[in-house]
Amino acid sequence: MDRRKFLRHAGHSLAIPGLMSSFGFSMQGRKSLENFLRLASDSNRVLILIYLQGGNDGLNTVIPMDQVSVLNKVRPHVVLPDDKILGLDDAQVGLHPSLPGFKSLYEEGRLGIVQNVGYPEQNYSHFRSTDIWMSGSDSNQLVNSGWPGRLLSQEYPQYPDEYPNTEMPDPLAIEIGYGSSLLFQGPTASMSMVLNNADSFYNLVDNVEEEAPDTVAGDKLKFVRLVARQSQLYGEVVTAAAKKVNTHASYPENNVLGAQLKIVSKLIAGGLKTPVYMVRIGGFDTHDAQVVAGDHTKGEHAELLKKVNDAVMAFMQDAELQGIDDRVIGMTFSEFGRRIVSNASLGTDHGSAAPLFVFGNEVTGGVLGNNPTIDSNSTFEHNLEMQYDFRQVNASIIEQWFGVSTADTTNVMLNEFETLPIIGKPEVISGLNPLKTETEANIYPNPLVGITSIDFYSNGEPLEVSLMDLQGKKVAQIYSGQTKHGKQQIIWDASHLIAGRYLIVFRNQKSHYSKLVVKY
Amino acid sequence: MQASEVKENIGDDKPKVDALVVDGFRKVKPIDLSVTTQSISPKKVNRKTLSTGIVKYSGEWDKETTIHLLRRTLFGAKKSEMDYYSGLTFDQAIASVLSESESPNAPVNDYNSSSEGIEDPDIAFGESWIEAPYGFDYEGQRVGSLKFWLIKNMISQQSNITEKLVLFWHNLLVTESWGVFVGKASYQYFDVLRKHAFGNFKTLIKEITVDPAVLYYLNGASNVKESPDENYARELQELFCIGKGENSKYTESDVQAAARVLTGWGVDWQGVLDAGVITPVFRPWAHDTSDKQFSSFYGNRIIVGKTGEEGGSEVDELLDMIFENNEVALYICRRLYNFFVYNEIDQATEANVIIPLANIFRSNNYEIRPVLEALLSSEHFYDIENRGVLLKNPADHLIGVWRILGMQYDDPDDLYMVAKTHASILWSMAGMGMEIADPPSVAGWPAYYQAPQFDKSWITTDTITARALRVDSMLFWGFWVTEDLQINADLIAFISQLSTPELPKEMLEEASFLLLGTPLSLEAIERLKDILLSGQQSDYYWTAAWYSHTNDPSNEEYKLVVESRLKITFQSMLQLGEFQLM
Repeated sequence: MDRRKFLRHAGHSLAIPGLMSSFGFSMQGRKSLENFLRLASDSNRVLILIYLQGGNDGLNTVIPMDQVSVLNKVRPHVVLPDDKILGLDDAQVGLHPSLPGFKSLYEEGRLGIVQNVGYPEQNYSHFRSTDIWMSGSDSNQLVNSGWPGRLLSQEYPQYPDEYPNTEMPDPLAIEIGYGSSLLFQGPTASMSMVLNNADSFYNLVDNVEEEAPDTVAGDKLKFVRLVARQSQLYGEVVTAAAKKVNTHASYPENNVLGAQLKIVSKLIAGGLKTPVYMVRIGGFDTHDAQVVAGDHTKGEHAELLKKVNDAVMAFMQDAELQGIDDRVIGMTFSEFGRRIVSNASLGTDHGSAAPLFVFGNEVTGGVLGNNPTIDSNSTFEHNLEMQYDFRQVNASIIEQWFGVSTADTTNVMLNEFETLPIIGKPEVISGLNPLKTETEANIYPNPLVGITSIDFYSNGEPLEVSLMDLQGKKVAQIYSGQTKHGKQQIIWDASHLIAGRYLIVFRNQKSHYSKLVVKY
Repeated sequence: MQASEVKENIGDDKPKVDALVVDGFRKVKPIDLSVTTQSISPKKVNRKTLSTGIVKYSGEWDKETTIHLLRRTLFGAKKSEMDYYSGLTFDQAIASVLSESESPNAPVNDYNSSSEGIEDPDIAFGESWIEAPYGFDYEGQRVGSLKFWLIKNMISQQSNITEKLVLFWHNLLVTESWGVFVGKASYQYFDVLRKHAFGNFKTLIKEITVDPAVLYYLNGASNVKESPDENYARELQELFCIGKGENSKYTESDVQAAARVLTGWGVDWQGVLDAGVITPVFRPWAHDTSDKQFSSFYGNRIIVGKTGEEGGSEVDELLDMIFENNEVALYICRRLYNFFVYNEIDQATEANVIIPLANIFRSNNYEIRPVLEALLSSEHFYDIENRGVLLKNPADHLIGVWRILGMQYDDPDDLYMVAKTHASILWSMAGMGMEIADPPSVAGWPAYYQAPQFDKSWITTDTITARALRVDSMLFWGFWVTEDLQINADLIAFISQLSTPELPKEMLEEASFLLLGTPLSLEAIERLKDILLSGQQSDYYWTAAWYSHTNDPSNEEYKLVVESRLKITFQSMLQLGEFQLM
């Protein structure tokens, strides 16, 4: 681990900018790195993975607007009518009409769309491709652990032997759905607590016995279930967390994803430190009847996307109500997209690359990547080319959201992947080298009063100076633009600032530096 | 034979159990199941009164009755066993279940290990130690070797009731091998149980009464006329023959009189030290030659004291007297019933099952086989209310799943590692509350006598976790044998033997029936199918994945796709509460 990478990711994670100031640019040993990681995990950041089972049709989810006429030609059986597609400001893409909530998130800068995500040598089998996505392996590589499983195993190496403990009393991961998935298999243990379904969760919380026949066998069955429930290491903490949260935003009825996200919200708001959740919704394998003949905005796919839209929107409102919105992000994934060319049965076959969504207050927002160019002579043999490897997205989230070092991320992802700007607002630039370090920035007066002088030494590159609070939230942009080489001074009025501790953060294309200031 | 707190143990036994160490050898402290960790018990449901008795079962002989019979008489029912028994008529099936396995090869030195510095000077690796001179520093290895051999007998059992009967008798006529701490004595004891497992109960009791391990364990060896030791005399009546039933009215003076009858019997200590088998000895000088007066419970019988070698025959008179009492047959039939049918005996069961069985037992001069035959053929045994009502003991749980899933040794020719494998199973079972050859007390395992908990005492928050972890380990990271050896279940091989492994629903129905012994609800099957299909809607995807694998078995990718789904599906299946029942 070299210092450059450490700083880069420390800065990027935004988890604890306060640390940057106290550490300055002095060399960091392994120990402080561990402390850092520990603190990063103490930030209680949460990732929710939403698995769209079956292979979501990307071309009908995020529509490349400049390709609409070609799409009408090559996928006439499913293509959406132009005038129903939800346009996005300043973007070359539009959204399926079932996704008005996603459009609003986008406009608020809380939705990131990563285009053309896949992996080299696409496998078209559901099972195999799901395993590749969950394990984070190469297409031809067989790995029987999941990438979040490895991440958690690295962060909590003694699991499950020494858990739960006072530092981590809560499940490392919670997944809702029958059976534990490959996603949370660590190298030697399964890292997740599985809740079969929403009912089993409420049964746990409400201490409801499952039905059993009124016989001796039924009596013994109930007894076994009771003891099994009592033996569930995390039963109590989960129940206690759930019971703390009695009010919530309203969730859509009959929405399988909504019911799951409601539980997730309860558990996060109830204080669980669990960093990763997975929820799922099935039915995206739309070989036929993806749309309705007379109206392509209706049909199975439209209903599924509406469920996703409504569930995510309800969750985002709830997260805000619970005050957890700044520390939660969500990401959708699906084992593949669908074929460019449609089927006469009003559906689409298994395809390759597809867009995915990342949402949350702290995501970068906007569209990453280019629209695919679709050949008007496409046949059944053609598939969308991948622009981003899904593991780049995973690695970016691990580094930027959880503040894990590049070296450790490389271990988890089994390879080094170039990261993408997924987390943090767009003006935050990745790839930092230290500023020239001969001279520290001098801020006067500090504690701040009103007019403040910020003196520093620039290497002549474009620079951004911003003010952040200790939660990593950007409070103000102080300067952004070209600088001259040498000593520089910025005069800035801090009188509007409310009392508190802040960081003044300097960034140029390669470097990052911050200084702690206080306003009384 | 002092217990000392030394940190050393036999084998690299992984299961974390509190270890009490005997002479440098690990003794797993039995879990005190009388203090269960669970706090609440749901309201108890009593079995409804059953009108069925020991009339021969005449209902349908189908796969549900077959699996019920096999699960109660074997450790789990394998697919091949279900197939075999399904081809038999009911009478043939009963005869087959009651056939007797040939005696297993005697346990051998499978513990020598130069790397661990274990080198038994008396017995070469691979040679049997059952007639070896006392092993001193190596005796503990032999006791371990015996216990692992008992596990071997169970997992490699033939498809009949023999091994379960041995366990039944061991639980009824208890010795503790760590307490005896003479490997060959404990071997002889188990040999007696096996030899008479189906035979004559009175003969069995006679041999047990003068069995060296029993004489040592229950203090018969120190029962001399100057200071009679009543321990065996008491257990002979209270636990082995008469029990504590309502009409069991033997008295304290009967205990004392019986103890005096038995004075003089002891262990040939030289035989323990020397090569050869250990024989019981009768020492006339230690025998109480006075008359022994018994109570009215035994018809005020007087056993006239005899002198010299003749004194040794008083034990036969004692057993004749005891076996003349009606309680013996009643007691043994109740114990068989508790073990093979159901824990509790209500009035109807006493009248319809126990009393008629006891009559059979007596009229057959205490031959065991006719009783077993009547019980296992009875309409009562197959009564729907008696199916799936017992919580599995750890042997039924772990050895059962081991057999059903067809777990294999890493290398069957590697004696040392095979023994390590058995050791790991033994310690795993110990962690679940059942250490074979060492029941927690002379009364056996509480599941078979301790009201009102009975078999519920097997299931605590600790043991249910241990059960789940062991099964998970077989499915995922391998059942732990040593740091370098973990053994995985081959789920592909397991489902390959099923009728339609390519059809998710049918495969899961068949597999869950074998493993759980009861048909699952459609809803439960659908849940399992959801896991198998990774949430996909169409069964076709499983079928395609299965055929891809079977058409090209060397393709690792196809194999992993199938295997990873089977693992999580079977994990979920075996976490169902039904899996704990039989």
